[in-house]
Amino acid sequence: MIKRDLVIVGGGPAGMAAAVSAYENGVKDILLIERDQYLGGILNQCIHTGFGINYFKEILTGPEYADRFIKKIKDIQDIEVSLKSLVVKLTNDKTVTFLKPGRLETVKAKAVIMATGCREKTREMIHIQGTRPAGIFSAGLAQKLINIEGLLPGKEVVIIGSGDIGLIMARRFALEGAKVKAIIEIQKETRGLLRNVVQCVEDFDIPFYFNHKISRIYGKDRVEKVSVMKVDDNFNEIPGSLFEIKCDTILISVGLISENELIEMAGVKIEENKTSVPGIFVCGNSFKIYDMVDSVTEDSILTGKLAAEYIMSCK
Amino acid sequence: MTIKKLTCIECPEGCRLTVDIENSRIIKVAGNKCPKGEEYAISEIENPVRILTSSVLSQGLGLKMIPVRTDKPIPKSRIFEAMEEIKKVRVSRPLSTGDIVVKNFSGLGVNLIATRRVK
Ligand SMILES: Cc1cc2nc3c(=O)[nH]c(=O)nc-3n(C[C@H](O)[C@H](O)[C@H](O)COP(=O)(O)OP(=O)(O)OC[C@H]3O[C@@H](n4cnc5c(N)ncnc54)[C@H](O)[C@@H]3O)c2cc1C
Ligand code: SF4
Repeated sequence: MIKRDLVIVGGGPAGMAAAVSAYENGVKDILLIERDQYLGGILNQCIHTGFGINYFKEILTGPEYADRFIKKIKDIQDIEVSLKSLVVKLTNDKTVTFLKPGRLETVKAKAVIMATGCREKTREMIHIQGTRPAGIFSAGLAQKLINIEGLLPGKEVVIIGSGDIGLIMARRFALEGAKVKAIIEIQKETRGLLRNVVQCVEDFDIPFYFNHKISRIYGKDRVEKVSVMKVDDNFNEIPGSLFEIKCDTILISVGLISENELIEMAGVKIEENKTSVPGIFVCGNSFKIYDMVDSVTEDSILTGKLAAEYIMSCK
Repeated sequence: MTIKKLTCIECPEGCRLTVDIENSRIIKVAGNKCPKGEEYAISEIENPVRILTSSVLSQGLGLKMIPVRTDKPIPKSRIFEAMEEIKKVRVSRPLSTGDIVVKNFSGLGVNLIATRRVK
C-alpha cells in the first residue's frame, strides 16, 4: 500500500485551495484525487461572471477562477494530481481507495481532507405530483448540458425554485433563444441574490411568480404543461388560483446539499472543519453550503493549514 | 422630478439604490454602500451595459465547448445580436485563459476572450 502525508479528495476550488495551503504550511507529499478529467469542479460549468470579488478583488467567471488555482497546483511539484480517479471508500484509519481507469488503488495517509462538493436537491425532495416524462432537469444538469456539452435541453422552460443556479439558467436559456415562461417560487422572496434577479430575470422580462407552487406536471413522453397555484404564507392553496403553463422543459432549482457519503460510510462525524477522527478534515461545500466560491476558498485555506499542523504534530 | 429605484449588481451585496432624476439628468444617487453603486446607477440609466458570457463550439480540441466572455461590458440592447454572432464562432486552435477569440467582436469595440484553457 502506498503511503502519503496528505490525501485530498476532490479537485474543485476547495480541494485545490486546501492543497496549496497545506503545501505552503509545510506539507511536501500531497496527493489530490479528482474523478473528472479536469481540475476545477463545478466551476467549469459556471461560465457566468461573479466569482472572485472578495478573494481576488476582480470579477471572474467560474473557469477563470479555477484557472488561477490550476496554475498554482501545476507549479508545485510536491502536489501530485490523480485525475479520472473516483474515490470509492474512506475508512477511519485514513485509508482511501480509488478507482482509476482499469485499476483499484489504495493509499494510507497521515491526514485526509474531503472536498467532494455538493449536489442539487431533486424533484423527489420537493414532492410534485404528476407524470414522469422526459424534460425535467436539475438546473445544474441543464447548465452542464448547455455549457459543457453544447446541447439545449428545451425550448419552453418553467423553472421551479429561485435559487441562484435557476436564475442563472433562466438567463442562459433566454440567451440561447429559448422562452423562459415562468420562475415559480413558493416563498414570498427569492432565494437567490438580488443581482441575479436583476441581470438574469428582469433583463429578460421573465415572469417571476412568488407565493406560487407547481401542483402537477403533465405529459406522456415529454413534459407538456404544468399547473400552478397561488399559496398563502403557510403554503396552502388559495382556492380558485389554479392556472396552467405550457412548456416542454422543467428546471428544478431548490437548493444544494453537501456531498459527504464517503464520510458517513466511514462512520465519521463532521465537527466544523475537523471530524470525530483526528486527521480527517472536510472543507468547501462538502462541509457546508457556501453561497460564494470565495468563502469556499477561505474555508479551505484554513483547513489546509489545520491538516498541515496535524501532520507536523505526528512526526 | 422622478425617482427611480434600482438594485446595484456590481457585487453580491445588492444595494437598493434610489436615483433622483430631473429633466433626464441624474441629480442624486442614494443607498449605495460604495462608489461603484453610483457609477452603476448612472450607467444603468444612461446606457445599461452587461458583460456577456457564453460558450462557443470548438473543432478538434480537447473540449467540445469553450467558455467565452466579452472583455468589457456591452450595451444591453445589443446582447441578442451579439449572441447570434457567438453562435457562428468556431475555434480550432489551442487557447489559454484570456486569449482573444474574436477581435472587435461584432463591431462592439470589445474583444471576445476565452475563459478556459483548451488544448
Ligand atoms: C450546479 C451548481 C452550480 C453552482 N453555481 C455556483 C455559482 O454560480 N456561484 C457560486 O459561487 N457557487 C456556485 N455553486 C456552488 C459551488 O459548489 C461552489 O461555489 C464551489 O464550486 C464549491 O467548491 P467545492 O470544491 O467545495 O465543490 P465542487 O466544485 O463541487 O468540487 C468537488 C470536486 O470533487 C470531486 N469529487 C466528488 N466526489 C468525488 C469522489 N468520490 N472521488 C473523486 N472526486 C470526487 C468532483 O468531481 C468535483 O470536482 C454551484 C454548485 C452547483 C452544484
Ligand atoms: S453599491 Fe457597492 S456595495 Fe452596494 S452592491 Fe453596488 S458594488 Fe456592492
